[in-house]
Amino acid sequence: MSVDLATVRKIASLARIATSDAEAEALLPELNNIIGWIEQLGEVDTTGVEPLAAVIPNHLRLREDRVTDGGIRDAVLANAPQAEHGFFAVPKVIE
Amino acid sequence: MTNLTDLGIADIRDGVATGSFSAREVATAFNDAVVAGRALNAYLVETPELALAAADAADAAKALGDLKPLSGVPLGIKDLFCTKGVETTAASGILKGFVPQYESTISAKLFDAGAGMLGKLNMDQFAMGSSNETSAFGNVISPWKRNDGGNAALAPGGSSGGSSSAVSARMAPGATGTDTGGSIRQPAAFTGISGIKPTYGRCSRWGTIAFASSLDQAGPMARDVRDCAIMLEAMSGFDPKDATSLDLPVPAWETSLSGDLKGKKVGVPKEYRVDGMPPEIEALWQQGIAYVKDAGAEIVEVSLPHTKYALPTYYIIAPAEASSNLARYDGVRYGLRDLPDGANLQQMYAATRADGFGAEVKRRIMIGTYVLSAGFYDAYFTKAQKVRALIVRDFEQAFATCDVLLTPTAPSAAFGLGEKSDDPLAMYLNDVFTVPSSLAGLPAMSVPGGLDGQGLPLGLQIIGRALDEQSVLNAGLAIEQRAGFTARPGQWW
Amino acid sequence: MTDYRIQGATGEWEVVIGLEVHAQVTSESKLFSGASTAFGAEPNSQVSLVDAAMPGMLPVLNGECIRQAVRTGMALDAQINPWSRFDRKNYFYADLPQGYQISQLYHPLVGEGSLRIEPEGGEPKTIGIERLHVEQDAGKLMHDQHPTRSYVDLNRSGVALMEIVSKPDMRSPAEAGAYVRKLRAVLRYVGSCDGNMEQGSMRADVNVSVRKPGGELGTRTETKNVNSVRFVMAAIEIEARRQVDVIEDGGTIVQETRLFDPDGNGGKGATRSMRSKEDAHDYRYFPDPDLLPLELDDAFLKAARASLPELPDAKRARYEGELGLSAYNADILTADVETARWFEAMLAENVPAKPAANWLTSELFGALNRMGRDLVDSPVSPKQAAELIALVADGTLSGSLAKQVFEIMLETGQGAGAIVEDRGLKQTSDTGAIEAEIAKVIAANPDKVADYKGGKDKLFGFFVGQTMRAMAGKANPGVVNDLLKKALDA
Repeated sequence: MSVDLATVRKIASLARIATSDAEAEALLPELNNIIGWIEQLGEVDTTGVEPLAAVIPNHLRLREDRVTDGGIRDAVLANAPQAEHGFFAVPKVIE
Repeated sequence: MTNLTDLGIADIRDGVATGSFSAREVATAFNDAVVAGRALNAYLVETPELALAAADAADAAKALGDLKPLSGVPLGIKDLFCTKGVETTAASGILKGFVPQYESTISAKLFDAGAGMLGKLNMDQFAMGSSNETSAFGNVISPWKRNDGGNAALAPGGSSGGSSSAVSARMAPGATGTDTGGSIRQPAAFTGISGIKPTYGRCSRWGTIAFASSLDQAGPMARDVRDCAIMLEAMSGFDPKDATSLDLPVPAWETSLSGDLKGKKVGVPKEYRVDGMPPEIEALWQQGIAYVKDAGAEIVEVSLPHTKYALPTYYIIAPAEASSNLARYDGVRYGLRDLPDGANLQQMYAATRADGFGAEVKRRIMIGTYVLSAGFYDAYFTKAQKVRALIVRDFEQAFATCDVLLTPTAPSAAFGLGEKSDDPLAMYLNDVFTVPSSLAGLPAMSVPGGLDGQGLPLGLQIIGRALDEQSVLNAGLAIEQRAGFTARPGQWW
Repeated sequence: MTDYRIQGATGEWEVVIGLEVHAQVTSESKLFSGASTAFGAEPNSQVSLVDAAMPGMLPVLNGECIRQAVRTGMALDAQINPWSRFDRKNYFYADLPQGYQISQLYHPLVGEGSLRIEPEGGEPKTIGIERLHVEQDAGKLMHDQHPTRSYVDLNRSGVALMEIVSKPDMRSPAEAGAYVRKLRAVLRYVGSCDGNMEQGSMRADVNVSVRKPGGELGTRTETKNVNSVRFVMAAIEIEARRQVDVIEDGGTIVQETRLFDPDGNGGKGATRSMRSKEDAHDYRYFPDPDLLPLELDDAFLKAARASLPELPDAKRARYEGELGLSAYNADILTADVETARWFEAMLAENVPAKPAANWLTSELFGALNRMGRDLVDSPVSPKQAAELIALVADGTLSGSLAKQVFEIMLETGQGAGAIVEDRGLKQTSDTGAIEAEIAKVIAANPDKVADYKGGKDKLFGFFVGQTMRAMAGKANPGVVNDLLKKALDA
């Protein structure tokens, strides 16, 4: 399956990467090349094979329900491009 | 007196312990080497004061008879590890200026063990690359040169290219690396040093910037196998903050080191004899086989039938995970924000990410987004996870008849900077031998096996059973003892 | 009961409703971090580095949230999946720091179950539960603090939610309302969610479509984050009406996310399209590689089941069957877990069930209603109430005396026994004293006595009242009755 320019734009939009027309056109053959190559997996017979869930046998541990974190607002906001009144600030969102 | 920067980790540790030199002398020597080696662009941030502080603490501990396993050892830390108070960018513009308020588990463990930090090491951006050409802060240059009289700048490998370059150039006795598809082993091979990726789950991923969560593992890069064992012991261990961390004791790998392989079976996977493999690589491999035989091992041919599908599998799973892991870089809470005039929130995201991510990162995010997108998930991602299960099964079956596998680390010696960067796929193929064991989460290491015709180092890879780092290290040691690899780059910088 | 129908220009329409209820799991700390879940803290003060999605941060699962979700599934008679896993739902929004929500799509913790509802004025009905899964809540955006910026508070980011998805089995706003109320009751019984809709602990996404009765299913819309039972019912009514109007005007319904605005359409309420979510339909779900599959062993499941309380339906049946309460009382007493708890705390003091139930549902609820209080902050404790009921049961107090004593209890906080003692409010069965007062009443009302004897039986009540008043309300009404009858019929 090969992708077209519209697909490249859609993917870029989903990934939130601003892409100019020239960039999208440059990406098109690159992506098609890679996608064409990964599609060789289609040759592999995976009938009855379960997708890998955990690479090394291990089980998910359950944490105790205790408050052990938080109260570190300064650290949380320390690197913010824009923080005001204890909040992160972003361009106004209209819902 | 010996040049202190020629010493490895064990030598420094022992020398400080016996009082042959002070930790401060060692730190000073390496700090100077870091400054002298700036032409290699291996370090993104230099932290001489941290190296000295740890050295002074080591010297004080020595006086009190209270030395720790890595007291007096200064290390380079790959910039993928978040370091408290020290800028950490993963070599990406999107994290420029980011100063973590926390210390990654791996760097914290090393520092707790007495190690100091020389600085943060350059790398491929977000660990995506095999040549260190994707860093937003310039290529890392290998200290090695071809013996053809040319002066081509060579790739130190990637993604841990700053680590490999620094260790090889004696700008650090050891460095942390991370390995997602070969990012410790391939650069180690390219620069004539050793590096091990432990079993997935041995090293905590907490505080290490994620590339592909199901594959990422930290590991040491150092001059020799013993140094790797020492560092790996300090880095490993259960971390309740990482759900995939293995709750197992850390074996005493260093004290159990042995180059005697009597009774061991070394598997040689026939599928690794790939089309177009250079004769020098084939010769290296045969040499490696001879070394382990000489160490007493029996050679068995094994089959890993799905080997050829490992790379495409990897290039579905890793970008898919990365596309999601890197969604957090959005200009809201840290790092770069690009807010064009009048832009709304979503436009801010798109502008920030377009500006902040390099071309290879964007490419992989795009691929990852595509393979997960509606209608394609099963065809690509689920399929890849099934093939991954088959690759795991291949290894299980191979290890029914052998203890470790021996393969070349990379299909070639170091290539020149710029030689492959225009062709992503050609670059991806560099990881053909390292990726399968990454997909299976198995411990694997690269040790220097010799030089090619141009005088460049070549690496041999040993892959072990899950949790059996000891056998990997021992086979590595057996090769190291026989290869007598003493070549080192001439200091041209 | 007739079926709920919307009258359109082309005839009657049936509405098909499914609900996705998001219920905050009762826990101290968040689903994947150790930050507190307490309500109303300073912005970003209950945020860990994990919640803020700092580079390299990893989720670690809170076992209590899983236990509570499993118990909830069991209370909904649902299949518990001992193997489940968390998936990432990827989308970009300022309240979602990771750029993905950790949720469960492919392998939810809880599968199919059911919930029995009794809609007001309708027939009891069983609503299918499609699934229940555990996921993270998002942070909060504030739009009013700054003219050109929105502010992000991540205190809620990462709080555990259960998403409980019903089958599209409801056919009227009343059924949907009953479903939300019943689900809320069950959650509160189980203790897995406080059900507080005002604080956002529980909110519903309402899926509505319309069709000609019995016809093919129509295209549905999803109205997000409706936060009260009343609004759920209103949103359905309004959205169904809108859909009928669109279709009958020759339009088609777009599958989309909508928002309920209770103040819209001049205060009548309206739903409107949420454009901000429009491009978010490709969520690129995949298993979260930071987390392993969640595997629950038999011991965990057994302990979860053993810890389940008696649930509302079972309790109501027992109140009617074993305690002999009226259906009405049993219904009221079991509707909310706090009421049942209060009632059972009274019973624990060994008072008879029926008078206790009557007193609770009439006297106490009446008083609380007057005071504008909830049962949880009742000025009278179950123990104090039981003392009062016991004094009635053993004949110390008459019904009317008990009312007086209760009023004093509410005012002073004193116990019933102490009040009776201090104020001498004890009921008397002293026949001599009562007979003396009866004699006086008869002497003072010769004409009424004559009328009574002439056949005006109704006047008996007058004599009882007069005698009781003369006894200052303290006479045992039964004794008064007997003695009066004797005296008048003599």
